[in-house]
Amino acid sequence: MNWRRAWTIALKEYTQFFRDRRTVAATMLMPLIQVVLYGYLSSDVRYQPTVVWDLSQSAESRQLLEAFTNSQYFSMKYRATSMGGVVRRIADGAALAGIVIPPNYATLLHQGKTPQVMVAVDASDATAARTSLSVAQAIGSSVSANIERKAIAARGIPIPHVGVDIRARAWYNTALRQEVFIVPGVLALVMQFTMTFLSMSTIVRERELGTLEQLVVSPIRSSELMLGKMLPLMTIGYINVTAILLMAIFWFGVPIAGSVILLYFTVLVFFFTTLGMGILVSTIAKTYIQATQLIQFFLMPSMLLSGFIFPVDAMPVALRALSYLVPLTYFLTIVRGIIIKGIGIDYLWPQIALLAALGLGVFVFAVTRFQKRID
Amino acid sequence: MNATTSVHVEKLTKRFGAFVAVDAISFDIAAGEIWGFLGPNGSGKSTTIRMLCGVLEPTSGTADILGFNVARNPEAVKLRIGYMSQGSTLWADLTVQEHLRFYAGLYGMSGREREERISSWVQRVGLSERREQLAGTLPGGYRKRLALACTLLHAPQMIFLDEPTAGVDPVSRREFWDIIVGLADEGTTVMVTTHYLDEAEHCNRLAMIYNGTIVASGTPEELKHLPQIGTMVEVLSSDTVGVLDAVEHLPFVRGAGLYGSSLHVALADTSDIERLNAALAEHDLPAEAARPVLPSLEDVFSAVVQPQ
Repeated sequence: MNWRRAWTIALKEYTQFFRDRRTVAATMLMPLIQVVLYGYLSSDVRYQPTVVWDLSQSAESRQLLEAFTNSQYFSMKYRATSMGGVVRRIADGAALAGIVIPPNYATLLHQGKTPQVMVAVDASDATAARTSLSVAQAIGSSVSANIERKAIAARGIPIPHVGVDIRARAWYNTALRQEVFIVPGVLALVMQFTMTFLSMSTIVRERELGTLEQLVVSPIRSSELMLGKMLPLMTIGYINVTAILLMAIFWFGVPIAGSVILLYFTVLVFFFTTLGMGILVSTIAKTYIQATQLIQFFLMPSMLLSGFIFPVDAMPVALRALSYLVPLTYFLTIVRGIIIKGIGIDYLWPQIALLAALGLGVFVFAVTRFQKRID
Repeated sequence: MNATTSVHVEKLTKRFGAFVAVDAISFDIAAGEIWGFLGPNGSGKSTTIRMLCGVLEPTSGTADILGFNVARNPEAVKLRIGYMSQGSTLWADLTVQEHLRFYAGLYGMSGREREERISSWVQRVGLSERREQLAGTLPGGYRKRLALACTLLHAPQMIFLDEPTAGVDPVSRREFWDIIVGLADEGTTVMVTTHYLDEAEHCNRLAMIYNGTIVASGTPEELKHLPQIGTMVEVLSSDTVGVLDAVEHLPFVRGAGLYGSSLHVALADTSDIERLNAALAEHDLPAEAARPVLPSLEDVFSAVVQPQ
């Protein structure tokens, strides 16, 4: 390894990158735009617009609706005066939930009977619907329990204090904010995307220009060429990571619980795998267009398998095994671990070691695959 | 192979599938000579050069450059040679100076040595005024000059120039050849391909390649006296095209072609000159009597590629 030659390549890449103002602007802004979009799109299922048809119009029915509103999961946006009105609101998408309270609601309660209240949820999005349904069930139970207690107390019977008291606590992301979970994931995803796309053009562009032939005849070795190509991209990557982290902290209010130094070190390890992957594709492809198509075989599955959207633990065994081949899987665990949980190398070293092994493997494969011949 | 041989090639072959691009060619190039490689496009010139520079892997055969086997010791060869390929080899978004500094860096030059070499080459190829100009905005001829300077910056012992003057204006072409001849005088071995046969006169020795095979080789003088050319005569006429039509199919004419404002006719030997003159008179053509001339390299090439 001749460092001067690698540095010569790096210097040329820096010069070319910073010469094109538009590329600089795009490379610097794109990751931030993606973070903002993902960050806001991830807002959770609270305050679902709800349509209400209250036939009871009683103090009791108003109490029930208040309980729904207080849960913060339902927002009473529309009033309907017929079943058709409820259906229409949900069908046209204005409301995601509908509550129908029967006319004899208050009367049945006074008679000591159990009135039925209908809660309908638009379950097109099953995940959001599941949350709304279980919240509705919980509201039902707690309202019922209150009514029971009142009824028992009214008969002068002392209320026995027995039962299980489950003290559920949310650790790490105590406020249960969705963006706290999403933003670190987006950091990883965006970096994978940016880094592979930047590195993908490196070799194939020289091939298309005819300049690769000139490099092949020079004394430079393929490892020097690749390192020289990677160095400027890593600089750009670090600028991006820093910008995203600042945005996470000051815009989304997602603090870094763990060590920033460890985070920056693992980012470097991650760069080796993503840049290596991009360069590998770049050495295989004959044209840039071909490279952009080839890279999809890596980017698409890695996004789906990494646990960014679907938890790895919930995957079928075969897919879970596949997900262990995806660098993003490890990096997501690492980034979320450091930023959200604040854990350190004592917990994360297996992930870091595996990520480094993958990176080294890809880099060595790319270097040997690119034997400095152009046929 | 001895110390005064720069290139020794034996039975070098390159196949692309069923197509044989270079077919078992062998030749030697002596140190410090300008060795020209002539042939039409697609005859195997570039493929040969690319194998010698280690860009392409030969299908079979061996090549030794400056005493190193290209297949076994490519790095030693690469340090000592310069290669200017046929296509564009520049980055449009880098300046003249940035290109030269880049190549200087690849060959381990730095500091004063680097700047002095760059200054000297920039001057030699006439780019002093354009050091800060982007390569993408240079006129075609200047791009070739820059590519040449990049190739020569590290003072290689041997250079391979693939069509260095293609697309270059006549004045620049002459300047290019002045540089090439100057380098050879300083002891650099030059292998150059061209399809401008007039340029080939600058070469010490030549090889003509056709369909992947070397069909003739020697000094320009030797080639012009090859027996298969026979006797070359020149016919001056006000209607060269008409004369060409008339004499082309005469049984004793081996070949005929326009050469500038005159006509070159190849004959089997000197006794046919009389028969040609007789034929010209018989057809009452407006032509002066044919007189023997030295064949041009174009005549030589036509003669050696024609089936006898």
